[in-house]
Amino acid sequence: MLKRRGVTAKLNDMRGESRIISGLGSSTYDLHSTGDTDHNFYLWGAMGGAAMVGLGVAMAQPDNNVIVLTGDGEMLMGIGSLATIGVQKPANLSVIVLDNGHFGETGMQASHTNSCVDLAKIAAASGFKRAETIKTEQELESFLQTFQHSSGPSFAAIKVEQQAPPRSLPILDGVELKNRFRRTFNLFPK
Amino acid sequence: MSCQNKEDRGAMLLPLLKEHGVNFLPFVPDAGHASLIELAFDDPHIQPVVLTTEEEGVALACGHWLGGKKSVLLMQSSGVGNTVNMLSLISNCNFPFVVLVTMRGNFGEFNSWQVPMGRATPDVLKAMGIQVYVVERDDELPKAVDAALYSAFSSDQGVAVLLSQNLIGRKEW
Repeated sequence: MLKRRGVTAKLNDMRGESRIISGLGSSTYDLHSTGDTDHNFYLWGAMGGAAMVGLGVAMAQPDNNVIVLTGDGEMLMGIGSLATIGVQKPANLSVIVLDNGHFGETGMQASHTNSCVDLAKIAAASGFKRAETIKTEQELESFLQTFQHSSGPSFAAIKVEQQAPPRSLPILDGVELKNRFRRTFNLFPK
Repeated sequence: MSCQNKEDRGAMLLPLLKEHGVNFLPFVPDAGHASLIELAFDDPHIQPVVLTTEEEGVALACGHWLGGKKSVLLMQSSGVGNTVNMLSLISNCNFPFVVLVTMRGNFGEFNSWQVPMGRATPDVLKAMGIQVYVVERDDELPKAVDAALYSAFSSDQGVAVLLSQNLIGRKEW
């Protein structure tokens, strides 16, 4: 089975200039563990909001690729976001879920995806151009090689092992996270 | 008595939003916002975005600002209850944020199920650090919306403009 930090490291290698929004908990630590950059906006809270923050950036910056990196629990809390993204169809947005089937931050309770819920099918049925469940290295390679070059929105639920690697903590200062991310678009000062 | 000026309100608000450089209108619909939403869909320079729930709009507006663009969020007072934790984004990151809230359950309400959230709406917003401007009359609305947009985008503040049921008019049953 794929390991979350291995997936994040590979994603980071392929990202180029892409902006990445990470959902609270493990996804934020995973993203930070690949090396900090102003192109990352880490959520420390606002559970369920990662996909919508990503949609907002993607619609404001249609010439730049935007990736949402989050977990199954965070995605489930904002599950309606998939419908909202499906209606808007931003070509430059990808939503990548590190799906371990558990709420890793709160004691590894089983989530809905550990039972019958299929996030990729929900994304496909919501109007995403591309939606896949990824279980193998080969499928991961194939997705990572192509997803930023095809017209989105694209979605991947990447099935990963249930593990809690050491936390890698970005700064907590939301104002600084906001301002440095905006500077990557030459937006600050106003 | 239903509102006489519903069409005028949308026609008055849209140019004001555009004047402030707002072209992005995420919304959960409400009858009180209907004319503005309709005009927004007819305007090629405005992007209305339909949401499944109001907290999506808070996160969306924050993301849009991260990408350099201004939003105004539209919702009914019942939806304010759905946004509470997402509003932590506004206070943690000092995002500029403007929400226009049409009130239910605060003045001449038939549906008593609307009353609890209508009563709680200003307090909930204030508790999350959002400034609240209450507007009771149509002729006060442009000034309030103008002030909200100016405050929010000149100095990264969160402002809610509450459009009283007194202004919107009673829903007919």
